[in-house]
Amino acid sequence: MLDASLFGADFSRRDFMKAITAVTAVMGLPATMIPKVAAAAESDNRPPVIWLHFQECTGCSESLLRSSHPGLGNLLLDVINLEYHETLMVGSGEQAEKALHDAIVAHKGKYILVCEGAVPLAENGIYCQVGGTKAVDSLRVAADGAFAVISMGTCASLGGVQAAAPNPTGAVSVSSLVEDRPLINLPGCPPSPYNLIATILYFLTMGKLPEMDAENRPLFAYGRRIHEHCERRPHFDAGRFAKDFGDEGHALGYCLYELGCKGPATYANCSTLRFNDNVAWPVSIGHPCVGCTERLVFNTSIFDKVDIIDPTSPAWFPPTKVTPSGKPVSAISALGVGAIAGAALGFAAGKGSTLPKE
Amino acid sequence: MSHHDDYVQAPGKLITPVTVVLALLVAFAFAVAGYRFVTSIGAVSNLNDGYPWGVWLAYDVSIGTAFACGGYALAIICYILNGWKYHPMIRSAVVASMFGYALAGTSVIIDIGRYWNVYNFFVPSQWQPNSIMFEVALCVMAYTCILIIEFLPAVLEKLATFKDGFFKSMALFVAPKLDKVLIFIIALGMTLPTMHQSSLGSLFIITGYKLHPLWQTNFLPLLFVSNALLMGLSIVQFEVGLSSAGFKRPYEYEALEIARFIPFVGAFWLAIRVISLVVGGKIGYLFTSGFHSAMFWIETALIVIPIVMFATKLTPRKAFFMAMMLCFGGGLYRMNVYLVGFNPGDEWNPYFPSVVEFMLTYGFIALEVLAYIILSRLLKLLPKAHAAGAH
Repeated sequence: MLDASLFGADFSRRDFMKAITAVTAVMGLPATMIPKVAAAAESDNRPPVIWLHFQECTGCSESLLRSSHPGLGNLLLDVINLEYHETLMVGSGEQAEKALHDAIVAHKGKYILVCEGAVPLAENGIYCQVGGTKAVDSLRVAADGAFAVISMGTCASLGGVQAAAPNPTGAVSVSSLVEDRPLINLPGCPPSPYNLIATILYFLTMGKLPEMDAENRPLFAYGRRIHEHCERRPHFDAGRFAKDFGDEGHALGYCLYELGCKGPATYANCSTLRFNDNVAWPVSIGHPCVGCTERLVFNTSIFDKVDIIDPTSPAWFPPTKVTPSGKPVSAISALGVGAIAGAALGFAAGKGSTLPKE
Repeated sequence: MSHHDDYVQAPGKLITPVTVVLALLVAFAFAVAGYRFVTSIGAVSNLNDGYPWGVWLAYDVSIGTAFACGGYALAIICYILNGWKYHPMIRSAVVASMFGYALAGTSVIIDIGRYWNVYNFFVPSQWQPNSIMFEVALCVMAYTCILIIEFLPAVLEKLATFKDGFFKSMALFVAPKLDKVLIFIIALGMTLPTMHQSSLGSLFIITGYKLHPLWQTNFLPLLFVSNALLMGLSIVQFEVGLSSAGFKRPYEYEALEIARFIPFVGAFWLAIRVISLVVGGKIGYLFTSGFHSAMFWIETALIVIPIVMFATKLTPRKAFFMAMMLCFGGGLYRMNVYLVGFNPGDEWNPYFPSVVEFMLTYGFIALEVLAYIILSRLLKLLPKAHAAGAH
């Protein structure tokens, strides 16, 4: 029983169920799924996890460590079997290398590989090495034996700051190097730790990977734009914008779009899940969203206005599309409409071709 | 003006297969419009709250009035650039413009949901002079009146040939007085399209992010007014060619001289278009926006190819087909701004016009052509034929 034995005496069953309920909500699963998620978390079938670091700042691991819901940091360590994590483990040197090697062999085909950071390819990838092994090689070996690969953070998912121009190390994302393995991207700088926990628990509960978008991001976390869930959205719709940091509109909490907020182009759940124990997120404390879950981050100035391509209503508006709109266009009527236009054009063209050539 | 000898009536009978087909289309459109008024706009169209402006406004108003800028373009050439020898072509251009604008106004009334409130437009206390739409409506209405006045001399001429009676004496009384003031009317007539054609562009600046970045720019008013001029010039080519072939009259070779303005206006339009894309940082969208990028390139090709061809040696046939292509390209630009690039939000998509919407628009086009044919055969509108190269 993980809920009592491993969390210590002060972690009650009630606290455990609270944490599970929160994680179930993050996954977007109905409340009826809570017992299944709890059962998955309690089972001894803890999936082995190997966590590799490449070109990164360890911000993603830091973010994970600061998940401060009661016991969630612990829950992660107990729900999964974390075999290797350079920042967290006690061992070092050859001992650590051996742990990695043993874990890959022992759990071949069963472990989840979590990667943090981008992989340099320039000059044969010499810019990032651990124990004399190049990042690209350790990734290949670890990914070969993995059941699934999770790219944690923007660098691993999309290349991030390392891959931004001029990209001296030739950095690329982990995702672009992993083939023939199920791949999940959790971009964000840093990503919310709960998105990682929810992804793993989703897998444990449902036995399959969550539904994902074209960028391989789980839809439960990246299905909607910041702009659709933003608490400042009513100001946007009313045309009330902060024009400058510290101006009156900024003080009054107006929309930050004109200061460069990338919310309308950024798929993420920061506006609903938030950081620091669900208290704050950049926009709530007055800074525009930089679009860290999208490719535009590090390629666009933080203060450039982003173009809005597909406008969407706030998520709390009732849906307006009840049934497919409009009268159906039948093939015959479309043909008729097209034929009239074609006949008119043909007539004009026929007349025109009788005009003199000189 | 007093160049009455410059004009002739078109030959031919009023009832021909072409006019009958056109009349049938018009009758159908009127029936459709009647049905819209006894039922509702939702019963006939695919318009919704996200797309309150459908093909009726995109074609009938935006593109239709640009086609109707033949009179505007010719007036600029005749009266401002002093191209007096092109004056004989102006009457037929004014007729086409008059119907284009009048039908644009009619189309708006059909398109307005609560059309019974439209009388407020004639009540100055109800005006909202800061509105772009108000500016467009006022200008379109005023310009329609001005086109009717510009067209009056042709009617008065006809009335003066009646036998003695009220119409003849009225025509003889009014005609000289109208002749004196006509130049002021014409001056006003050149100002109004400049104003409202640019406002047709401004209307979409205020849609903000709902218009795709490839078309959204603060240069929209300038692009629309120069596009109107470009389409006006090409519709003159089209009209001259079609009326020559249709009425079996000798071709008006002066038209080819007018065509030499097209590359200049076109180059101006293209320059503004490129500047707007570069300054706005929109170059990235030229290839990355899928359907929208494709529409951009089709539109640009349909404009660039004829502009280049108009800069080469012209023949009547070549001018006709290139003008047709340019009309398509210019029209597609407007269609792209008004409908294709416009996206009010996914919950309103997709909007595609219903058959009824198409039939009404077709009927309006048919009415313009029919009126042009009938009036050319009743009144002296077309330039008098003369041997090629005699001028």
